[in-house]
Amino acid sequence: MSARVSPLREPWVDGGKTLARITEDVCAPLERGPAPSWYWGLGASLTALLIGKIVVVHQIWTGIGTWGLNKTVGWSWDITNFVFWVGIGHAGTLISAILFLFRQKWRTSINRAAEAMTIFAVMCAGLFPLIHMGRPWLAYWVFPYPNELGPLWVNFRSPLLWDVFAISTYFIISATFWYVGLWPDLATVRDRSQGLRKKIFGVLSLGWDGSHRSWSRYETMYLLLAGLATPLVFSVHTIVSFDFATSVIPGWHTTIFPPYFVCGAIFSGFAMVMTLMIIARKVMRFEEYITLRHIDAMCKITLLTSMIVALAYGTELFMAWYSGNPYEQFAFLNRIYGPYRAGYALMVFCNVLVPQALWFKAVRRNPLWVFPISILINVGMWLERFVIITVSLHRDYLPSSWTMYYPTYVEIGTFLGSFGLFFTCFFLFCRFLPMIACSEVKAISTFAQENRETPRG
Amino acid sequence: MADRDFLVGVFVCEQDLLAATHAAREAGFKIHDAYTPYPVHGMDEAMALPKTLLPRLCFLFGAAGLLLAVLFQCWVGLIDWPMNIGGKSFGARPALIPIAFELTVLFAGLGTVISFLVLRRLFPGREPECAGLGASDASFVLAFATPETEQLRGTLNRLLLERGAKSVREASSR
Repeated sequence: MSARVSPLREPWVDGGKTLARITEDVCAPLERGPAPSWYWGLGASLTALLIGKIVVVHQIWTGIGTWGLNKTVGWSWDITNFVFWVGIGHAGTLISAILFLFRQKWRTSINRAAEAMTIFAVMCAGLFPLIHMGRPWLAYWVFPYPNELGPLWVNFRSPLLWDVFAISTYFIISATFWYVGLWPDLATVRDRSQGLRKKIFGVLSLGWDGSHRSWSRYETMYLLLAGLATPLVFSVHTIVSFDFATSVIPGWHTTIFPPYFVCGAIFSGFAMVMTLMIIARKVMRFEEYITLRHIDAMCKITLLTSMIVALAYGTELFMAWYSGNPYEQFAFLNRIYGPYRAGYALMVFCNVLVPQALWFKAVRRNPLWVFPISILINVGMWLERFVIITVSLHRDYLPSSWTMYYPTYVEIGTFLGSFGLFFTCFFLFCRFLPMIACSEVKAISTFAQENRETPRG
Repeated sequence: MADRDFLVGVFVCEQDLLAATHAAREAGFKIHDAYTPYPVHGMDEAMALPKTLLPRLCFLFGAAGLLLAVLFQCWVGLIDWPMNIGGKSFGARPALIPIAFELTVLFAGLGTVISFLVLRRLFPGREPECAGLGASDASFVLAFATPETEQLRGTLNRLLLERGAKSVREASSR
């Protein structure tokens, strides 16, 4: 029935693969020994993780006075890094849930890895508030649990508590979504392996056998989860932005924050997905699955979100001027002309100017261009959070308390450590789990399209 | 699970599987199940599967989460331990929304997945049915409880082969 396949749409997977070939290709990295580059990558990540671990132990032992904070700037790199990592996570859910609802078939090659990235990024994000508590062994105090103090409950009207619920829910639902998506592929790996691996994958796959009675329900469940995860992803960064927007600090107290943060999150997340995918498709030899057309599609979303972020920057400046509020106006003049002006300029350069290159197809389809652009966007989005958070704080209402903030080696080491954790998890994931959603790719493969009664999207 | 014997047809593409499923059901054979590498659209109708309960269960779990979140926050803030924070209203309704939303999603999501696992009886350590026929790789398998008589077995065998089965064989549920 090849006539029913749209002649306008190229298939998303190159090479006209058969189903068996897709299984072979996706399982190959798990079954062949890892390449030397994998060991180098894992080694570097573990080193960063170890450095992070040392400085985290040091700061918990000594206290968070080891940070560069002071009386005026009471919140800086910790929360910057938290928002940065949560933001990165958002692209994973966007790809897995929102693109699923929009029937974007190209998501199938990258959704598994992007969801894994979400989970690891949320883990990294959670680390920062945990350390910031100073006494992380009492972290369970943030949850409402019956206790001998009354019971004394948490304050349900505090945005920081909303954040606890948002991030925990986000982590649990993302991890569930990811695991649900893995079942069929875990079963595929199980059926191909022997001995201990067969046992482990047998337990993890929950006895999945590809029964159509299960598939039918599975698709309903997947759709429901996607429908739930879509508003969830918006709510999470909205609530993160409430941490700032519900305060009375000039530069924070604005209604534009929720959409501005959500778009920024998707923007930075896509940049990180592109960074990872451009490396992974080369190292794992997945060029035929994660094609240049996939990168092209991701670039288009990046360009769109970049322009929304740019619009938000402009709106912020306009509203500061239009409000006539001298404190608000000062906060923005201080961002542009104050001592941290280099950060603001670099932020605008990375987030607004650099992505304009993505208007050109030649750039979008060339990983040698897209890769540095994605790195610059990550830098720019980290700076955005730094500019919003630290630069709004360091010159407050009272000029006598104006001061500067500089991170200490402890904060830099912790940030490095979070990258170590992220990449360690990612390297382990690539090695031990099917990185591409095998069953989903099979359903959109050329073979399946050509042997189908009714066309589906 | 007790061992059950099946007669299975192994197909190489979904189109043949669908045709065979329709034909077998029209010929009066009771289909045990189909095993496929990816969900085949149109099989629900071909196998005449009943509608699933999952969306309704999802709604119920979500409603339970919402109710729990709203009631608990109100009970804490208004009855059990009202705290004066900056003189703000004890029962401010907008402040209930974020946590109510998050718990709705959490309950609905986890509830749906757990319901699915219970309804389909999937659990760690379950033995997959009709394993070893390549349904997790590239084969489309259609399984019937082995017909009672030799004659029926022959009819089914022929029917499956006519509809493009690569092979027809006996299999057990383990």
